[in-house]
Amino acid sequence: MTEVTLTVNGKKYTQNVFDHVLLSDFIREKLKLTGTHIGCDTSQCGACVIHLDGKSIKSCTMLAVQADGCDVLTIEGLADGDVLHPMQRAFHENHGLQCGFCTPGMIMSAIELIKGKPDITEQEIRQGLEGNLCRCTGYQNIVKSIQEAAKNENNLTNR
Amino acid sequence: MSKSIVNEDFHDSAKLHVTGRAIYVDDIPVPSSCLHILLGLSKIANGKIMEMELNDVKKMPGIIDVITAKDIPGKNDASPIFGDDPIFAENEVIYNGQVIFAIIAETLEHAKIAIKEAKIVYSETPPIITLAQARHKETLLCPPKIVSRGDFSSSIHHSDHIIEGEIVIGGQEHFYLEGQAALAVPKENKDIQIFVSSQHPSEIQHKVAAVLSLALNNVSVEVRRMGGAFGGKESQANLPACIVAIAAQKTGKPCKLVYDRDDDMRITGKRHDFISAYKVGFDANGVINALRIQHDMRCGMSMDLSAAIAERALMHSENSYYIPNVEFIANLYKTNTPSNTAFRGFGGPQGMLAMERVIDEIAHFLKLDPLTIRKRNFYLDNKNPMQKEQQTPYGQVVKDCIINDLVNKLEYSSNYLSRRKEIERFNKTSKLIKRGIALTPVKFGISFNKLMLNQAGALVNVYSDGSVYLNHGGTEMGQGLFTKVRKIVASTFGILSNNVKISATDTNKVPNTSATAASSGTDLNGMAAYLAAFQIKERMAAYLGHLYQCESSEVIFSRGKIIIFDEEKMTFSQAAEKCWMGRISLSSTGFYKTPDIYWDAEKGEGRPFYYFVYGAAVSEIVIDKLTGESRVVSVDILHDVGRSINPSIDRGQIEGGFVQGLGWLSMEELVYANDGTLMTHSPATYKIPAFSDSPINWNVEFYKGDGNIEETINRSKAVGEPPFMLAMSVFFAYSHALASLKESYPSLNSPATAEQLYFTQF
Repeated sequence: MTEVTLTVNGKKYTQNVFDHVLLSDFIREKLKLTGTHIGCDTSQCGACVIHLDGKSIKSCTMLAVQADGCDVLTIEGLADGDVLHPMQRAFHENHGLQCGFCTPGMIMSAIELIKGKPDITEQEIRQGLEGNLCRCTGYQNIVKSIQEAAKNENNLTNR
Repeated sequence: MSKSIVNEDFHDSAKLHVTGRAIYVDDIPVPSSCLHILLGLSKIANGKIMEMELNDVKKMPGIIDVITAKDIPGKNDASPIFGDDPIFAENEVIYNGQVIFAIIAETLEHAKIAIKEAKIVYSETPPIITLAQARHKETLLCPPKIVSRGDFSSSIHHSDHIIEGEIVIGGQEHFYLEGQAALAVPKENKDIQIFVSSQHPSEIQHKVAAVLSLALNNVSVEVRRMGGAFGGKESQANLPACIVAIAAQKTGKPCKLVYDRDDDMRITGKRHDFISAYKVGFDANGVINALRIQHDMRCGMSMDLSAAIAERALMHSENSYYIPNVEFIANLYKTNTPSNTAFRGFGGPQGMLAMERVIDEIAHFLKLDPLTIRKRNFYLDNKNPMQKEQQTPYGQVVKDCIINDLVNKLEYSSNYLSRRKEIERFNKTSKLIKRGIALTPVKFGISFNKLMLNQAGALVNVYSDGSVYLNHGGTEMGQGLFTKVRKIVASTFGILSNNVKISATDTNKVPNTSATAASSGTDLNGMAAYLAAFQIKERMAAYLGHLYQCESSEVIFSRGKIIIFDEEKMTFSQAAEKCWMGRISLSSTGFYKTPDIYWDAEKGEGRPFYYFVYGAAVSEIVIDKLTGESRVVSVDILHDVGRSINPSIDRGQIEGGFVQGLGWLSMEELVYANDGTLMTHSPATYKIPAFSDSPINWNVEFYKGDGNIEETINRSKAVGEPPFMLAMSVFFAYSHALASLKESYPSLNSPATAEQLYFTQF
């Protein structure tokens, strides 16, 4: 067991964890933040994407002990109370989801992808999100959601 | 219904999904006493278990128990119908990946360490893995299924031309993002509650009761939502539910089982792969006179739903075409592989792909555009003045046909003809890059083949504050069923959707339900919920009419208000309170069964489908001759959803279904090793479509018609499965491109992977 201290969604946690525990499992099992989903366990599907020190990562690719001292943002920490983050709102209003299982990872990946790119093209979105799988939507509405959110880039950076 | 319901409500759980607060089975808060289960799977495909030593596993830290077939109080069976799916292998192992034992542990970590101590000695027998091996050994699960009309054998000799051929059609992994998951919570006096990711809560209830030797009223099953299902959680969820139930009963503690991706892909059944051999007779114009298709299906190690899937394959083998003499045969082969199961389309896609292949090859033979051949063989539209009664090969009158009109409109809007000509010119000069285009139709029958399943129930409560609670037998897997049904109930009361709470599917609230499958979720549950709400509304109207001395029909429910003689009398909330004080029952069940359908299984005749859904797609692709790499350049879809209840949701079903079909036909390849090991058991090797695999240019339109001719809810049409088959247009666009590379017909097999496209040119 190793003691790790990290900040998750603005709150500081200190916990003892086994060295082999994945960050994704740590977030779900220890912190009970179940919005981060596990779809493949092998870093392919992107359902477990979170932000680590401001960068999107697949949390199943990383051990919890490696995140010691880091600042973690999960899907639960995105909204400001009842006010949705513009990316969340865009997915909500553009039917950017069906079963919803891939949604948290999609949103976390997309937020980093569009940073500083208000005019991001459809092709850039499609290439940038190759690492996130969705089995329901055919991706059209997800692309639409992200494009709309990107247009509100200023709102994003002002938050 | 008086008014039409059209709305653009967002998905009922959208806010929960985007904030990570939607609860799936693995997210349900459990007490710290909850135990976790890991499964021990067979490493061989066929043989006997000679020795099984699990005591060392039990001695490991954190291990509570290890259970096997001996621990099942009731029946060792998780099958939907035929009693041939063992929960745990008993002496015999019948597929690689079969569950042999389950470790119950304090944490999954403990179980993963302990499982290495399990020792199993097998005596192996050579397995039957491929269809070729199964044919050789004649491992038929049941007598062949047949749909026929006229006399194929004699009439084919009157045809001008005869073609024979064969197409190999690959299977498909469901790849729902959320793996199979179940949680059992023991209650007092042997009762047990199951939370499971399943399309069929009632079947889970049946299986768990049988496994634990309990009555159905001891078992309750709750399903709030699934993270995708696509048919893969119709029967396949039985197994994890049974295992958690056995474990929970034995330990007296809550027990949870979530398959990881590898286990999920190894254990669960998939879409059936087919080898379809055809012989077709036609005249100089390409009009088909006689057709025989023999579908050989790999069913895996048990029946599961294969018989019904075979029937649906046969009933869709003529797709949109009237063919006087047909003989469709399905052979159901048993193999030592996971038991293949329901998957969006349920055999329909394979049947239709074989038929479209026949058309494509006839066109190639006659040097005509395949669309010309298609049109010459279509069923007549119901508005055609020449209309004479045409029946399907299984005796159903096709009375709602719009395929000619729909295809004509799409041909025009997509500019199909000139594009095809331009592409053929391009292909003549382009050496390495070849393009292709195709237009394919879809006609898909709606209703469960099994009559009994075409029923649904719902429960609606209006509380004294005017808030409404809704429960029905359908399950939400992302398809938007809950959003639609909620809207139907809200419209009935003239209130907003967000005043209606839709609740988790629960066998305690609505009993004896059917699987949410066969695209019928809204047709069945929407109507049941409407009938429940309507009864309450009638009671309220009668009482309010009595108070205001008017007829109940003069009491109008609109915009959250009660209006009598153009005057707002009160809000819906006030009306609810008034009715409650007036001792009016504000709770009702609703029950619906699809009318007018029947099926004679002996004769293979009847009216199995309440109606048909029609659609068509034009796809254009480009391939690189040197590598076989390809892209879908452009897709135009015209699809019939009747009078849509929620156009955004229906559009999502069309887009999602199409891309899933595209994956099936172009990239998703299941590979079993000779010993039955699934080589493609993770997304590392099994490729589903990603963002950049969807079409570059995409145009989806709804067919503007008069709505469903049958009295469905809002005159809408089912939308879950039919769009899947629109992707056939991509497959035949490949065929078109390949035809520019060789003289003979390019007999392309599915999936048309880069390798397949590359080698088919030679």
